[in-house]
Amino acid sequence: MTTDLLDLPRRSERRRPDANWLLVLPAIVLVTAVLLVPLGQSLVRSVDPPSWTLEHYLSLFTDGVTLKVLGRTAVTAAIVTVCAFLIGYPYAYLMTRVGPRARSLLLVVVLVPFWTSVMARNFAWIVILQRGGPVNSFFEFLGIPGVVPYGNVSGVTIAMTQVLLPFMILPLFSTLGSIDRRLLLAARGLGSSPLAAFWKVFWPLSRGGVVAGMMLVFTLSLGFYVTPALLGSPQESLIAQLLGQRTTQLLDFAGAGALGILVLVTTLLLVAWANRFGGTVSAIGVVATTGSKGRS
Amino acid sequence: MTAVASRAARPPARRRRDRGVDPIPAWQWVVGVLVAVYLVLPALIVIPMSFDGGLTFQFPPTKPSFIQYVRFFTDPVWLGSLGNSFLVAALASLLATTVGTAAAIGLHQLTGRLARFVRTLLMISIVTPAIVIAVAVYISFLQWHLVGTLLGYVVAHAAIGVPFVLVSVTSALGGFDPRLLRASASLGASPWRTFLRVTAPLIARGIVTGAIFAFVTSFDEVVIALFLRSPLFQTMPVQMYNSVTAEIDPTISASATLVVVSVTLVILIPQLARLRRRRPEEAR
Repeated sequence: MTTDLLDLPRRSERRRPDANWLLVLPAIVLVTAVLLVPLGQSLVRSVDPPSWTLEHYLSLFTDGVTLKVLGRTAVTAAIVTVCAFLIGYPYAYLMTRVGPRARSLLLVVVLVPFWTSVMARNFAWIVILQRGGPVNSFFEFLGIPGVVPYGNVSGVTIAMTQVLLPFMILPLFSTLGSIDRRLLLAARGLGSSPLAAFWKVFWPLSRGGVVAGMMLVFTLSLGFYVTPALLGSPQESLIAQLLGQRTTQLLDFAGAGALGILVLVTTLLLVAWANRFGGTVSAIGVVATTGSKGRS
Repeated sequence: MTAVASRAARPPARRRRDRGVDPIPAWQWVVGVLVAVYLVLPALIVIPMSFDGGLTFQFPPTKPSFIQYVRFFTDPVWLGSLGNSFLVAALASLLATTVGTAAAIGLHQLTGRLARFVRTLLMISIVTPAIVIAVAVYISFLQWHLVGTLLGYVVAHAAIGVPFVLVSVTSALGGFDPRLLRASASLGASPWRTFLRVTAPLIARGIVTGAIFAFVTSFDEVVIALFLRSPLFQTMPVQMYNSVTAEIDPTISASATLVVVSVTLVILIPQLARLRRRRPEEAR
């Protein structure tokens, strides 16, 4: 570091950073007015002043519906997470092995779900998975009739896994890419079988990326609304649908407030926890805007 | 046949050397291709769907026709929702880009716990489930009489667009030398002139990327839009949602194709332009 003359006035500027806060202010006002105040209001509504009660939170656990739906949501999210891992790991592994040209092609393919319009994507899955659709016909051709992954959990899982795969593959790709492959060759050279070399050398080194990707996918899959509404069945609704239903159909704003706060707090806690495994969450934004792995 | 013949002709030792030390097994390629198909399938299938003249969502298409496009561009409901989506997305993107760019520049100069906290606060919508935002915004906007209004859509979509602008402008500022600001000021430029002539050209790509993502985010947003809709004002994703739930309207295939193709072009064109610009450097 050279003590440049131009650097000197900087210290005096540091003492009065007001002008820079003025630049940040409009964004703070917008986000506060549009997001934070409504979220704060639903928190206030959930404790129902002036009676200040936790009744709406207690009834979430006693009404018999919410807990069941929460459990179903967690199970669905877990299935999606495992599927995304099983599909994403070999793909991310392949990405680290191929040449630069094939790698950028594979990377573009991973990012396709990001920019496939939400409604176009869900419409496409309805077409593919419905009764009489290509999947149904394919299995009938194989002599297995009645495979209709539409209007049930399997359809929701297929559609959710597809759109969440980037969040599994990108952290995995950055972890797997940083592993020194010569370690594998060394293990092979010392007489290990390919499978044992992978399991004992490569897999333990890749676990950080696996955990990061799985946390990310699990957290994000808790909030899905459109996909379960369009591809699932009303009898097997997930937590987001329950929240929407309480708001627009039952007009139970206090109950919806409590449920919304519960979902929000759960998500933020998971996010904060996931952040400790290598700061993957700010990576969502970075991934989404730059199409490359996050740096923070 | 030829494969068998060449295998017989070639000594096994040579084949092994050709294979390299650490080859990629064929099954990994197979898995990779299958996953790639899975990832792009929904984007691709809407295109053939849109050239079918049927009245249901049947695939594969049976009657080649442009009728879905004719319906899309002649139906006032579809055209109106498309216009609304463009209007909302343009205004929301403008608002998000303006406040987001200012915030990114401001936060770039600021350090300390408060600045970090504010940055997290501005990014919060990216990790909050859309349904939680939608429900909270809906109930508050009911009181503020913003449900079903252009203003309501614009501010809600602008707020969720801010993180994208913040991230892309911040990353563009990463290579920005703050001494240029003082150089410009010492030469007599006002802060505004400094921004226009020095800062903006250097971070232009970050601003444009952020604006595009804010636009696409708003244009494609469906959850908040479903709650803010009114019979008088709804956006195209909401109309698409109606067309698969309330009515079985295959016109959605035309609108889905238009959205997928135009978003792909909007996102790919800057990338391709960047690749072309970068290529001469790599060639040296």
